[in-house]
Amino acid sequence: MGEEDYYLELCERPVQFEKANPVNCVFFDEANKQVFAVRSGGATGVVVKGPDDRNPISFRMDDKGEVKCIKFSLENKILAVQRTSKTVDFCNFIPDNSQLEYTQECKTKNANILGFCWTSSTEIVFITDQGIEFYQVLPEKRSLKLLKSHNLNVNWYMYCPESAVILLSTTVLENVLQPFHFRFPPKQAGTMSKLPKFEIELPAAPKSTKPSLSERDIAMATIYGQLYVLFLRHHSRTSNSTGAEVVLYHLPREGACKKMHILKLNRTGKFALNVVDNLVVVHHQDTETSVIFDIKLRGEFDGSVTFHHPVLPARSIQPYQIPITGPAAVTSQSPVPCKLYSSSWIVFQPDIIISASQGYLWNLQVKLEPIVNLLPDKGRLMDFLLQRKECKMVILSVCSQMLSESDRASLPVIATVFDKLNHEYKKYLDAEQSYAMAVEAGQSRSSPLLKRPVRTQAVLDQSDVYTHVLSAFVEKKEMPHKFVIAVLMEYIRSLNQFQIAVQHYLHELVIKTLVQHNLFYMLHQFLQYHVLSDSKPLACLLLSLESFYPPAHQLSLDMLKRLSTANDEIVEVLLSKHQVLAALRFIRGIGGHDNISARKFLDAAKQTEDNMLFYTIFRFFEQRNQRLRGSPNFTPGEHCEEHVAFFKQIFGDQALMRPTTF
Amino acid sequence: MAAAAAGAGSGPWAAQEKQFPPALLSFFIYNPRFGPREGQEENKILFYHPNEVEKNEKIRNVGLCEAIVQFTRTFSPSKPAKSLHTQKNRQFFNEPEENFWMVMSKDGKPVIEYQEEELLDKVYSSVLRQCYSMYKLFNGTFLKAMEDGGVKLLKERLEKFFHRYLQTLHLQSCDLLDIFGGISFFPLDKMTYLKIQSFINRMEESLNIVKYTAFLYNDQLIWSGLEQDDMRILYKYLTTSLFPRHIEPELAGRDSPIRAEMPGNLQHYGRFLTGPLNLNDPDAKCRFPKIFVNTDDTYEELHLIVYKAMSAAVCFMIDASVHPTLDFCRRLDSIVGPQLTVLASDICEQFNINKRMSGSEKEPQFKFIYFNHMNLAEKSTVHMRKTPSVSLTSVHPDLMKILGDINSDFTRVDEDEEIIVKAMSDYWVVGKKSDRRELYVILNQKNANLIEVNEEVKKLCATQFNNIFFLD
Repeated sequence: MGEEDYYLELCERPVQFEKANPVNCVFFDEANKQVFAVRSGGATGVVVKGPDDRNPISFRMDDKGEVKCIKFSLENKILAVQRTSKTVDFCNFIPDNSQLEYTQECKTKNANILGFCWTSSTEIVFITDQGIEFYQVLPEKRSLKLLKSHNLNVNWYMYCPESAVILLSTTVLENVLQPFHFRFPPKQAGTMSKLPKFEIELPAAPKSTKPSLSERDIAMATIYGQLYVLFLRHHSRTSNSTGAEVVLYHLPREGACKKMHILKLNRTGKFALNVVDNLVVVHHQDTETSVIFDIKLRGEFDGSVTFHHPVLPARSIQPYQIPITGPAAVTSQSPVPCKLYSSSWIVFQPDIIISASQGYLWNLQVKLEPIVNLLPDKGRLMDFLLQRKECKMVILSVCSQMLSESDRASLPVIATVFDKLNHEYKKYLDAEQSYAMAVEAGQSRSSPLLKRPVRTQAVLDQSDVYTHVLSAFVEKKEMPHKFVIAVLMEYIRSLNQFQIAVQHYLHELVIKTLVQHNLFYMLHQFLQYHVLSDSKPLACLLLSLESFYPPAHQLSLDMLKRLSTANDEIVEVLLSKHQVLAALRFIRGIGGHDNISARKFLDAAKQTEDNMLFYTIFRFFEQRNQRLRGSPNFTPGEHCEEHVAFFKQIFGDQALMRPTTF
Repeated sequence: MAAAAAGAGSGPWAAQEKQFPPALLSFFIYNPRFGPREGQEENKILFYHPNEVEKNEKIRNVGLCEAIVQFTRTFSPSKPAKSLHTQKNRQFFNEPEENFWMVMSKDGKPVIEYQEEELLDKVYSSVLRQCYSMYKLFNGTFLKAMEDGGVKLLKERLEKFFHRYLQTLHLQSCDLLDIFGGISFFPLDKMTYLKIQSFINRMEESLNIVKYTAFLYNDQLIWSGLEQDDMRILYKYLTTSLFPRHIEPELAGRDSPIRAEMPGNLQHYGRFLTGPLNLNDPDAKCRFPKIFVNTDDTYEELHLIVYKAMSAAVCFMIDASVHPTLDFCRRLDSIVGPQLTVLASDICEQFNINKRMSGSEKEPQFKFIYFNHMNLAEKSTVHMRKTPSVSLTSVHPDLMKILGDINSDFTRVDEDEEIIVKAMSDYWVVGKKSDRRELYVILNQKNANLIEVNEEVKKLCATQFNNIFFLD
């Protein structure tokens, strides 16, 4: 297994904290992603480290007993510490506010506090075994105000900070889950709403053992913008399932929770879940490997639930060396391989792995490059990559690879890849367009929902594909030109299929390639069917090809005519071909003959050395002069003296037109 | 001529009546170098039709042609005589390869009117040139045959080819279109065209021995991987010979007895027009016609596979050194058949949409023939159906003759020009030439004057040819 095979890795710069030991308790707050190292109940110091802030917060507090739970409110404004089962202590961390501790007892009599969660910088929820209590903290008054409470028996709870949803386990089997959602309108007190409760189906178990839903088997995470409750259903001997599975319940903002996806693990044992870049990662401790699932990839739909298999073969997380630089240098001098899948690991949503015994907090990451070689089905690979955050360069490299001599894909595969890219590209273009139209219509002020569409990395436009893939591809000498043209046409076909206007540089690439291989007749046919869209640059390019391929002249003129904005160019082309009469007839046909320069036409006529032609052109302009100014003579501003002299020389003075008088 | 005069008066768009059809009197090919001395004259003759003619007469006729050519060469070294008119017949000369002469003579009618001949001369000269092109397509050049097996082989090939081909030569139905030798292109929207491109590229990839592909729909060309001149003659062969031969079983439909004899395939409508008839027959012969292309240059010998599904036909051309097996044919059938069937119905659907969009199908007050020398595109609303045996034109032959005269005028000068003719039968005939394009319009407006006719033609150009640069 080469290094390039690992597709999961621990982040390079973990958060490091003091290892847990009898005098040092370690807590993790999922909302702020902070690790609290509490030494001797806080008396000898509390060190708080978050993933982003490299400067830890350190403070001391009096040792008033064992700390059960410790968390900052959002923005680190207020610290809450739970030391007893009835009360939570608070301490302001806001400048100018008293730092004296204040305490809140839970309202429900005889209730025990299971824990608490901050839902904003000043709002907190107590979860007791008899319900939940929602408070607003008033730091300047050093007191709390109960906003709302709800009574029900609670076995355990779970909080998802991203979606501000608390899940309470109720009933004897612990498998009925009651979600609460917290909303925070700006500058107002938050609201708490109860969502419909739902039941997790427990696997059948032998009669002797009482089944129950364990907190350990439940996780909450946002996947593709939707909140899911993930249930790790262990393999049961009574059922004929081949292994454990993860059941995904979709928890919508409104409406009932619904079982949507089942991830087949095909193995048994101890598992842990993470969600990284919208992928569900399932770690398996027994084999020390992990698998990933993507619920957007096509699975087997049985009418109500979609079954998914791992996207890729199981792999270990990439081996990790404990770094020696930085604060870690104190503990160790040489890099030490880190024990992966250790039993001391604790996993938090969405992507956090903590080793309390080693004092590290990592973010789990997905590496996309190795996946390219692990997923042979290019269509599926594209579906997978297009959903990833950092996908652009990887996708472009996949495109280059499939067009390379050694790894060349078949045309249908190439077509599929282009179609998938352009599908995404078109979605973005459409969103952009409707946004632009809405802005134009002035809806932006009235509707706060109107947001400029975000251009993700999955949007690969024509210039990306041209710059990174196609321009290098057509330069490859060893490529059969048939293949090169087929690929270019396939890309153009795909763009057309999604009704995306093709940029002229792609057309130029096609023309360049065809011309290089003397395939003028092919070029002619493409132009005949307007596959290469009309444009002035293209028409000029065609004109330049006339010496190699005479029909290019006709094609170019046709194109200029269709553009209907290129009449001057048409006249120039005709004059350059000494088709003076044709040029004049054309400009007259479109009614532009009153504004043309007589000198230009007379020059061209003179050059043909055809005296009769010169006579005709000269007479035409005399008549124009007569019509416009009442006299056939040219004005000095027209600079036609030379031509008048020439006319006289050839045909004599008497041939000049006489001014007509009525 | 009495019949013709009567015909001119009867009904506006009368179909062509059977006149005395011009018959082929003789057709021969000779090379003066092969029998330069007296007594060896017979050696010059490579092919002579009709073969029954007495030897001395053959020699005499060949000698006469040789003499005429030699004689006229003194006046015009680069362009010796192309045709010779006599009271009894008319002869056409063509030297397609150095020293190889092809001569065709047909019976002449007593010439009374001075005007009729120009068109026919050009038409028959074109027919003669076409004879050679067709021979070359299936046999390669005369020179190549000489190299391969000497005069003997050349004579065999000529005999084998022309014996059959001359029977299909129907001189009476030749007209302006034979001069053009154009290609009718199928009008198609960009997207469908790109789909076809994609299909062809994929087929060439999966059937990797395919060197060139051509795609036709409704007997009209959509794509040619061959160069223009080769496609021109292949197109002629396909549309006047191969496709008409296969039209009957197609018209018969799926359930008819004729259809039932063909290999039944329920997945698609694809079938071979050349090659094996029944793929299920293990003894089926996979013999395809050979064609020769790029004879001036790379000189390629190819197998011609023509495969058709509904109205869509694809020609796959593979190198002659590769022998397509029955397995290959089955593979082709299984890959191409289903996709071509889908594509054919796509094209049909798209075509109908476009037709509906282009508006009412009202019979217009004019008929036209268009030809572009640059891409050989030809379009005719004069011809209803062109087969080798009958040219169903919808206008009177006299009008066709006028078209021919205008064409001759156009040939004489390089400049763009326009000719308007008022025909005796109340028709207006307009010929326009603009940058290597020719347009002939026949208007049926009895009382129109010159200005109105000019306006009418302008309108026609604006509606039918708004995509191209056509000087008014």
